[in-house]
Amino acid sequence: MRREIPLLIVFVFGIFMMFQYFVPHRVSSDIYQELNNWTIIIGIFTMVIGIGSLLSVHYSRIRFKEDGWWYSIVTIVAMVGMALVGLIGGVNNDLFLNLYRFGLAPVTSTMFALLAFFIASAAYRAFRARTVLSTLLLLAAVVVMLGRVPVGEFLTNGLPEPLRLSKISEFLLYVPNTAAKRAIYIGVGLGVAAVSLKIILGIERTWLGGDGGK
Amino acid sequence: MVDQATLANVFWFTLAAYLTLSIFSFLYKDNPFYRLAEHLIVGLSAGYWIAILWHTSLKDLWLYPLVDNSVALFSGDFRAVEIWRLSLNVIPGVLGLFMFLRFFPKIGWLSRWPIAFYLAISAGVSLPLYLQSFTVEQMRASMIPLTGNPWEIFCNLIVIAGTICGLAYFYFSMEHKGLVGGMAKFGVWVLMIGFGSTFGYTVMSRISLLIGRFRFLIDWCTLVVNYFK
Amino acid sequence: MAENNNIGFWQKLINIDRRWIYLAIGIIVFVPILIPLGLPVYVTSEVEAVFNRVDSLPPGSIVMLPMEYDPATMAELQPMAYAILRHCFSKNLKVITTALQIDGVTIIRNDLAKIAAEYNKKIGEDYVFLGYKPYPGIVILNMGEDFRKPFPRDYYGTPLDSLPMMKGVRNYSNCAMIIDINATSGVDYWINYAHTRYQADLAIGVTAVMATDYYAFLSSKQIFGLIGGLKGAAEYEKLINHPDFAAKAMDVQSIAHSAIVIFIIIGNVAYFASRGKKRE
Repeated sequence: MRREIPLLIVFVFGIFMMFQYFVPHRVSSDIYQELNNWTIIIGIFTMVIGIGSLLSVHYSRIRFKEDGWWYSIVTIVAMVGMALVGLIGGVNNDLFLNLYRFGLAPVTSTMFALLAFFIASAAYRAFRARTVLSTLLLLAAVVVMLGRVPVGEFLTNGLPEPLRLSKISEFLLYVPNTAAKRAIYIGVGLGVAAVSLKIILGIERTWLGGDGGK
Repeated sequence: MVDQATLANVFWFTLAAYLTLSIFSFLYKDNPFYRLAEHLIVGLSAGYWIAILWHTSLKDLWLYPLVDNSVALFSGDFRAVEIWRLSLNVIPGVLGLFMFLRFFPKIGWLSRWPIAFYLAISAGVSLPLYLQSFTVEQMRASMIPLTGNPWEIFCNLIVIAGTICGLAYFYFSMEHKGLVGGMAKFGVWVLMIGFGSTFGYTVMSRISLLIGRFRFLIDWCTLVVNYFK
Repeated sequence: MAENNNIGFWQKLINIDRRWIYLAIGIIVFVPILIPLGLPVYVTSEVEAVFNRVDSLPPGSIVMLPMEYDPATMAELQPMAYAILRHCFSKNLKVITTALQIDGVTIIRNDLAKIAAEYNKKIGEDYVFLGYKPYPGIVILNMGEDFRKPFPRDYYGTPLDSLPMMKGVRNYSNCAMIIDINATSGVDYWINYAHTRYQADLAIGVTAVMATDYYAFLSSKQIFGLIGGLKGAAEYEKLINHPDFAAKAMDVQSIAHSAIVIFIIIGNVAYFASRGKKRE
């Protein structure tokens, strides 16, 4: 029961969804749409579980007075406050919109903006032309970095067209980069197909739990 | 839609600027301002998710149809079609609620049912489409005629050879020696150029985000100056 | 102590406190924002392809413009969304938008309202905002059958059948094209599901980090255009003759990139010089 029913669900629905692609009949399409909507609804519940887990982690930090426990109070108050404002007032009320625009948005965007500093530091400290491979990587990076912004065109404007940084970077992107990414995508396509088949046929069972659900 | 220099806007913009600077302060070292902003955002974000999920998804796709179909069923003659419609609403909800059984060890195994359902749909849908889109289409695009001017022929040759040799590099069922070794070596060169290009673009991406934040700080200063003018 | 004294200039340069580099990059990015240089932006073929296709549409055509970005990637993709929306609205094209990334729903709502107001466009008549539903891949698949299945109502709670613009509009086949502005791997779903399964004409606008991954799809013609990062947005702004944030940011971007190249050169010179010293 504990393993067999989930494996049966995976097999039956997986096979149906796979073959549905080749059967564009109205009945098959209706079932397909309904099953897709079920997935979305289940997805909503899983996201709620994620939020519940977050709440329990912070609650236990406060309960056991762990290091920095009062930050967890901030998290819970912010979560409950934002949720109440949105649930009661709706997602189009001014307070909700302002909390989003002036609270959530600046912090998230600044977090990611920090990466500009880290990437500059990494470029200075770690980007070394030690081997042929790292030199290729470095040269491609430098050409693309300069060639895709106006300064590349500005610096090499006097050169014949094929030698301009913008043209060389275009060549790198359209030719070797395309070949590299294509090789990766062909592999990814085969990998996804193989893993999907293993899941549908019940060969891959790690999702049942560490011991395969025994 | 330029923001007016009102007291309310000055307050909100100043709050956002304070949070922005709190995050930037991490560049010097970890500090309470940064940690406060970090924890605040985790909470705001989770609260935001709850509100959005409720208003845009749960109500729309599950609750409204469930209520409508229940009303239709219980105010009508219990026709088969209405029972069918209602059960179509009830099943995903029940499966969704099964997810919560993870927190009860004795019946926690029931939470595998919705996971199984989700995996089945994802795997069933992905299998033919990823194979078609990533593998077949990309292979088809690599079968290019070697025609045109010498430069075009050269570029096409690099694409074909680069793709095949890139695949050879990822092929571990044969030792990378002799012809396969040579192909794998050329393949990894091509891959490095690809990764280098990605690094170049990554720098562009990160700098863009920083420009965005600095632009905001300038806008904040302008707003405050305009208010006190 | 004696050992410390032996550390040469180059070694010191390699071991410089990272905060000096942070300060340098901060100044390098901040100052040019205040002093624009006006460097010209050149247009690439992959961005021009998107512009030309949109420009050739007759008024009243429907463009589907899924906008999937959040505050983290807003600086890159918002200018792109603005430019494409301005182009569509100025040509009297109708726009259907979704926001399938949960953290960005409110930004998309605001952005859409802002640009629509610039052109006096009305919701439900000139544009529709469908909003958010979880699991983008599944939502994209269902929209390929019928928009009403995953979105019985729009973001504001109006049933889709009550919106004048949605009369007779069922799925992707009623849209002239899809231009997906996306900061996530969800762009793969648009390629694999919307294009491969439903043969939708697709172009993408992605963050610069992601852009290099999609040249393979451009040359396989699975997408007809590619707008990459803030530079792509600047190109589109130039094409519609409406320079805005992205076009202005290109000066800063140029200077910052040059500075990082100089950092790499200094780092390498210091590394090889100090290595030479050690060998001696």
